Amino acid sequence: MSRLERFRSLFRTALDVPEEIAPERYQALRRKITLLLTTAAVVPLLILSVINYHQYRATLTREIVTPVRGLVNKTRHSFELFLAERASTVSLISQVYTPAELADERNLNRIFRAVKGEFPGFIDLGLIDENGVHASYVGPYNLKGKDYSTADWYQQTRVKGVYVSDVFMGFRRFPHIVIAVQRMTDDGHSWVLRATIDTGQFDRLIASMGLEPESDAFLVSTAGVLQTASRFYGAVLDQLPLPMPPMTYETATLETTDPAGRDVFITYTYFQHADFVLMAVKPRADIFKPWTTLRSDLILLFVTSVALILSVTFGLTDLLVRRMRASDERRIAAFVQMEHTQKLSSIGRLAAGVAHEINNPLAIINEKAGLASDLMELAKDFPERDRFRGLVDAILRSVERCRSITHRLLGFSRRMDVNIEQLDVNDVLKETMSFLEQEALHRSITTSVSLDQAMPRIASDRGQLQQVFLNILNNAFAAVPDGGSVTLATWLRDPDTVGVSIKDNGKGMSDEVLRHIFEPFFTTKKTSGTGLGMFITYGIIKRLGGDIAVQSKEGAGTTVSIFLPVKAAPTATLGS
Amino acid sequence: MQELKVLLVDDEEEFVTTLAERLSLRGMATRIATDGEQALRAVEAEPPHVVVLDLMMPGIKGTETLRRIKAGHPAVQVILLTGHGSARDGIEGMKLGAFDYLMKPLRLEDLLEKLHEAGRLAQAAQDNGGNS
Repeated sequence: MSRLERFRSLFRTALDVPEEIAPERYQALRRKITLLLTTAAVVPLLILSVINYHQYRATLTREIVTPVRGLVNKTRHSFELFLAERASTVSLISQVYTPAELADERNLNRIFRAVKGEFPGFIDLGLIDENGVHASYVGPYNLKGKDYSTADWYQQTRVKGVYVSDVFMGFRRFPHIVIAVQRMTDDGHSWVLRATIDTGQFDRLIASMGLEPESDAFLVSTAGVLQTASRFYGAVLDQLPLPMPPMTYETATLETTDPAGRDVFITYTYFQHADFVLMAVKPRADIFKPWTTLRSDLILLFVTSVALILSVTFGLTDLLVRRMRASDERRIAAFVQMEHTQKLSSIGRLAAGVAHEINNPLAIINEKAGLASDLMELAKDFPERDRFRGLVDAILRSVERCRSITHRLLGFSRRMDVNIEQLDVNDVLKETMSFLEQEALHRSITTSVSLDQAMPRIASDRGQLQQVFLNILNNAFAAVPDGGSVTLATWLRDPDTVGVSIKDNGKGMSDEVLRHIFEPFFTTKKTSGTGLGMFITYGIIKRLGGDIAVQSKEGAGTTVSIFLPVKAAPTATLGS
Repeated sequence: MQELKVLLVDDEEEFVTTLAERLSLRGMATRIATDGEQALRAVEAEPPHVVVLDLMMPGIKGTETLRRIKAGHPAVQVILLTGHGSARDGIEGMKLGAFDYLMKPLRLEDLLEKLHEAGRLAQAAQDNGGNS
């Protein structure tokens, strides 16, 4: 089996419906086609929508988070630069000047003023000797002589050489940091130069990020202590109520929920040379405002598409199945019609064949009886002549009866010549009707006539048409009770065909009777009918190139419609 | 008026002999043939006034027989007999020059009437032929 074949059989299986022409067939067909079409259209759409949904979401997140990352990164650099500058300055001073020079507070004061002028943020500057005691100090506080030997920053400076503290309040009661640099004298004595710096500078750097009111940015120590004030998470030196993100030198983003219950994106970066983390917090709702709009657009689009697909599918399927049904029904009707016509034609041929075969022996009987009669009449003395004459006459009468039957079966009309003339169907109909006027009057049958006077004349045989109309009218009169009604109508069905209908409100016929109505020797008039009337009528109409149809309902009446060509049919000109 | 010479052609011997006898009783000179060849020979031997010819016969068909008779002896009148429903054969025969056609079984009166009409025509034609 080829691939195409397999594909086809798959479809056949999917659309397997009852073959029988019944409502179930079309219901099943409708259901299956609708399901198949809808699935084929909606499933890819659904997949596409879901993919789009996630794709858009990811893209949008990236789009919104990336600038924040850039900003955070830049701001960290600013911080690091700020700190590096201050640390270099302190380091430079410690290298340029000897401890002895720095121990002189006048020198220290001069240096401090120069530095403060150059780099804002310096609060004080002091020299701590190898014992951890402030040997000299310039600044707003009186810290000379203070012993730092046990202070944590001092210990760390001694170990690392350079030290940048976390923000703290210290004695000064405002946030600041300490930058300390350790040096060794040539004779092996260690000393430390220490400066404190106002972190108001930090706030300026944060402010320069220019964040929206719903967002927040702050510096926090690796231990989770706020180094700058936060809009939402506390003041300087408060513990940050958010978990510290994992350590990384890359700028990273994570999603979390803050203590206030807001879904937030945190973009953060660890400092390389200080124990600081810069964090920017953006509420998720804010980020997704465009996303929400886009999402509702997506959903709207999806729903609209599905609605459209469904309506088109339903409409299309309905149309398709309706057409299919109509065509099936037409096909069946045509088939039934064809079968009927074929049957009638076979019956006609059979009847004609039988009639012909009987005619020959009948002719012999006829001649023999005739001769017997002749001889008897010629004989001078014939015993019981009268009796024999009676017998022979009876034979001849029977032959005559048979003859009339066979001739009618063979379709002979009294007039042998076909006489095609231009005639008015209405005239022929009225003329035929006049034969029955007496009966109508006698039985008080109402006859109504509705004739199309504008009909063209047609080429046909008057005598044969009369016979046809008379046959049908006789049947109609036989079907109606006394006081019934018979309605005649003519009309132009199309430019080439005229229609004649004869309608009665009589007893009608069952479908069974209707099926056999054109067959020879079929009669419902048990005693009076030959059963050849409609058979002959059918034959004549066909020979005249016309058509005949009978509609009947038992108890309601019968309508016989005849359609005749305006121009003579070729079969009619050959004659019959 | 001289005796009417009639040739009866039909493959049903019973029919044709009986009909011949009946016509003889009515003063006609009848001969019979039971197929087309016989009929043609009989016409050749002595042309009758009228041939009564059945259209449905074995051997040479009635129409062919008619054609040949009319070809050799146009004065001979032919009355066709048909047992068949379709009058087409009859009309066809008329076109080929038959005098008329009748349906089986025959009414003797109809046949006699046609025979006399055809006979008069044939005799008139023969007389004219004889004069010229």
